[in-house]
Amino acid sequence: MNRRQAYEVGQRRRALAIAGLSTAAVLLAIILLVPLAPGWTQVRASFFDGGIFIETFPTLLRAFLVDIAIFAWSVPLIFGLGLAIALARGARAPALFPLRIFGALYVDVFRGVPVVLVIYLVGFGVPGLGLPRPWNSPYIWGTVALVLTYSAYIAEVLRSGIESIHASQRAAAICLGLSERDTMRYVILPQAIRRVVPANMNMLVALQKDVALLSFIGPVEILRQAGIYKSLLANFTPYVVAAVIFLIVTVPATRYADYLMNRDRNARS
Amino acid sequence: MPEAKLSLCGVTKSFGDQQVLRGIDLEVAEGEMICLIGASGSGKSTLLRCINQLEPIDDGSVWLDGQDISEPGQDLAKVRRRIGIVFQSFNLFPHMTALENVLLAPRRVLAEPAGALRSRAEVLFERFALGQHMAKYPDQLSGGQQQRVAVIRALAMRPEMMLFDEITSALDPELVGEVLDVLRQLRTEGMTMILATHEMGFARELADRVCFMDGGLIVEAAPPAEIFTEPKVARTREFLRSVLRG
Repeated sequence: MNRRQAYEVGQRRRALAIAGLSTAAVLLAIILLVPLAPGWTQVRASFFDGGIFIETFPTLLRAFLVDIAIFAWSVPLIFGLGLAIALARGARAPALFPLRIFGALYVDVFRGVPVVLVIYLVGFGVPGLGLPRPWNSPYIWGTVALVLTYSAYIAEVLRSGIESIHASQRAAAICLGLSERDTMRYVILPQAIRRVVPANMNMLVALQKDVALLSFIGPVEILRQAGIYKSLLANFTPYVVAAVIFLIVTVPATRYADYLMNRDRNARS
Repeated sequence: MPEAKLSLCGVTKSFGDQQVLRGIDLEVAEGEMICLIGASGSGKSTLLRCINQLEPIDDGSVWLDGQDISEPGQDLAKVRRRIGIVFQSFNLFPHMTALENVLLAPRRVLAEPAGALRSRAEVLFERFALGQHMAKYPDQLSGGQQQRVAVIRALAMRPEMMLFDEITSALDPELVGEVLDVLRQLRTEGMTMILATHEMGFARELADRVCFMDGGLIVEAAPPAEIFTEPKVARTREFLRSVLRG
């Protein structure tokens, strides 16, 4: 080991030691100081009750499957509609002008309104029309509300992807005699979609969490089930359980999205 | 009606208030090879893009085999497939292998069985010594290889003529030769070609006629032996003196 390497090893050791010490200090402060707060015993009893945690965990996990199911059938619909809106917004033919206007309006409206409001309006409003079963199901209209909102976001992501493909690619394709349609389908879209995968991953993580908002209109998914337990047991621990279950899914998903994003950035630089 | 393979009559083109082509007249015979030379910004690239109707022209007309292809309102996809073009920056589709790049347009456009198209593509790859690279993606190929794939991609549509827009300008010097060899080969096969180029030695060697462009006009057009040894126009002389010295 030469002098420079020895110096760098020393520097690294020092940095590690400082990081370890400061982390330990912060943790110690939390552990020592939080219990000194006047309401700590009540908070611990109502949010961190180990017995209730273990008791409610299996049912809440089962309820979480409902969230996953809603998520799973929403995603293809969201991407289908999002792609249609993105293409409508890029339509150049004069006959398609109304479609273009519609696309722009759609995106403005559904990106501009909070998800929870769309869920309320669609989820309570449409079944209020007195539709027969099963067409008054909150599962259907809750899904519709999520699809409406998220397809507006996905449409914008896809459109930015389409616009990021250099004009020379389009030129090369139409110079070969390909139609505009084939150029979009075989040359532009495959590249655009690949380019926005990381951004879409982030949208999916957000969607996974927002599925819980459907609890406001009826489906007994994890958040609603936790609410039921809260009333039943007069304890907030089930909410903590729900949060933990969400984290188990969303943390790896977010990390994966970040990984894709970084890899993409490195590949392009 | 002009009888040449391709004729341009008084072609003009402006971008905004900048006039890039100011009345181009040119006749290209079947099998002829034309080299366009001139400084950057003299209108060479725009002229090529106006020939295959990638850019609509403002005035004048472009005739291919006696048909006015600049007449508004026709199916431009049909016109463009008759005229192959290769660009300076290759513009291969990065998400497809070399073979897929070559086969995409024929499969979508030409009404021929897939097997026939594929074997014809393979013959082209072999002919240009790229047989072992067919399954590779563009970023796995050198610049020279990519540019040769781009030529094959254009040829796979069986165009009646080819346009080349400074196709060696983006290449490392040691890769220029392999691309120029492809052009030599096409020349011997009798392909009608128009090249915008900075390779004066190549123009001198192979062109039937060299056109010097300046300020959106063809200032002088003559066989290479004439234009390179005794250019008649002062501006041509000046240009050649500056590039040949370098």
